[in-house]
Amino acid sequence: MAAIGGRLAGRTGAMPTADKLVVIGLLGLPLLLDLLFIWAPALSSVVLSFTRWNGIGGLHTRACSPPPAPSILQNGCWYGVQNYHQAATIYPPFWPAVAHNIIWLLVFLFIATPLGMLFAVLIDTGIRGSRIYQSVLFLPVMLSLALIGIVWEFVYSQNFGLINTVIGHTGNGNAIDWLGNPRLDLWAVLAEGSWRQAGYVMVLYLAGLKAVDPTLREAALIDGASGWRTFWRVIFPVMRPINIVILVVTVIESLRAFDLVYITNGGNNGLELLSALVTQNIVGEVQRIGFGSSLGVVLLVVALVPISAFLYQMLRREERT
Amino acid sequence: MTSVARASGRTAVASPRACRARPRHAGRVAAQVIMITACVLWLIPILFALYVALRPYAETSKYGYVSLPHRLTLSNFVNAWTESDMGRFFLNSVWITVPAVIVTLFLASAVAFVVTRVRLRINIALLIVFTAGNLLPQQVIITPLYRLYLLIPVPHALSGSGLLYNSIFGLIVINVSFQIGFCVFVLSNFMKTLPRDVDEAALVDGASLWTRYWRLTLPLCRPAMAALATLLTTWIYNDFFWAITLISTGNERPITSALANLQGEFVSNQNLIAAAAMMAAVPTLVVFFLLQKQFVAGLTLGATKG
Repeated sequence: MAAIGGRLAGRTGAMPTADKLVVIGLLGLPLLLDLLFIWAPALSSVVLSFTRWNGIGGLHTRACSPPPAPSILQNGCWYGVQNYHQAATIYPPFWPAVAHNIIWLLVFLFIATPLGMLFAVLIDTGIRGSRIYQSVLFLPVMLSLALIGIVWEFVYSQNFGLINTVIGHTGNGNAIDWLGNPRLDLWAVLAEGSWRQAGYVMVLYLAGLKAVDPTLREAALIDGASGWRTFWRVIFPVMRPINIVILVVTVIESLRAFDLVYITNGGNNGLELLSALVTQNIVGEVQRIGFGSSLGVVLLVVALVPISAFLYQMLRREERT
Repeated sequence: MTSVARASGRTAVASPRACRARPRHAGRVAAQVIMITACVLWLIPILFALYVALRPYAETSKYGYVSLPHRLTLSNFVNAWTESDMGRFFLNSVWITVPAVIVTLFLASAVAFVVTRVRLRINIALLIVFTAGNLLPQQVIITPLYRLYLLIPVPHALSGSGLLYNSIFGLIVINVSFQIGFCVFVLSNFMKTLPRDVDEAALVDGASLWTRYWRLTLPLCRPAMAALATLLTTWIYNDFFWAITLISTGNERPITSALANLQGEFVSNQNLIAAAAMMAAVPTLVVFFLLQKQFVAGLTLGATKG
């Protein structure tokens, strides 16, 4: 293997011209698409976040004039860190959005993920009906989040909904407005999100469990360890790679969370999330490109943590192979 | 939610004791109770929406959604279909999804092949660029992307708007660009597990790089490609974010964002929305019933080889 590898490395320089063209042909378009439509916007976000721009007219590098100046002098101009400063100080939904994103992450991390792991472990024991259980719990993963948001509205509906009818709160005086009350709606939507996320984690975890060497488990059981201890002391540590993948998936899904709140109320009234605020600044009537970008950059900076963790693990594997 | 939390608490306490005293039986009963409870909770929202969709509006507005049916009807499905142009939106979804899946797989397999079979100095960098790009939250890139979509002209044959913005072509482009990363990651891992001897023999025989890619490697990747195709079809069909941000008006919308729009239109008749939502779920349900194994394989190929 090493010898061939060495020969290959030696041959790259002497690769036939036709093959060189093929390499360029194979890499060209995908690389162009990835750089132009993913990385260029990601990096432009950072630059635009230091400007003030409503999307009309050009951009230039002169500093923005202070407020009394005509608005034309306050557009397309260099704004320094003002967008970030404004987001943190005078933009009311910012801190609630940060808080909601953190709550989202915590619920996914400590409720949805352990639940998915529990399902996986139980199914992996091969109890009767495990195939059907797996399919049912996996069903929400196949549905679009927009559809999930709509489907759950019937469960939560104030006057006709399933929950309120079951608990007898459908009257005009005592009806609980699950999706309209700003103190309840985040939790209601998180139940929808967890409903889907648990199935996702379950499937990933099941794959990990199936890959665990069965003799490990047998050895632990013969040594007299309980099922509970065997899992935490033997199985869980062996599954480190899949645990990291699940952690990364959980954090990134929490940052991406958007569809459910958008379909519920556009991301307002207790459902503010950073992702929804970014969107509101471009699809609303007033476009605030610079400001929206600064919110996107906040997301980017946070996202770099799980992304780096994932890449680190990937590269360690690369080195081993 | 609370019952779910309670359920997980219960096993935590029950299982060690169960294992020591009556190892098999008690544990198995507890597991069955948990799984059956969970499955009921998991099915209720979907079946309930289906139930609402099957009932006439007049009846549910009188008795509420939770009531015994006097009459079940398919008229909500018929009305939702005819009143809302759903056929067109479905077709749009097909026009977006099918080309996007094919192009993504083709381009990603090309990159994966180069990364695993040709020793280039930039291979690791390529892998990082593609993998990390797919992990970015879409909202990080949407603001500049939105401006970019308004700037790039596209021939009118491909886009009615003459721009990437507001066009099916534009949605194909972003779905392909965004999903390539994941597929490069999965396929390069898969190609590494393929036996190298065929490729090496071909190399010694002086086969061209293209032959080694198209004739030798791709056919061996069929299982991974099938799994990824299932996964991508579902993901791209389900995409909501690109569809609402990069398409603003009517005719080019895919079914997901059209559904969000219908919600506003049919606000006075929720039963119609339930019916529309159920119909929009049909393609994914087909995948669920026929290709679930492929879908799961696609997901776990990405996860377990990471």
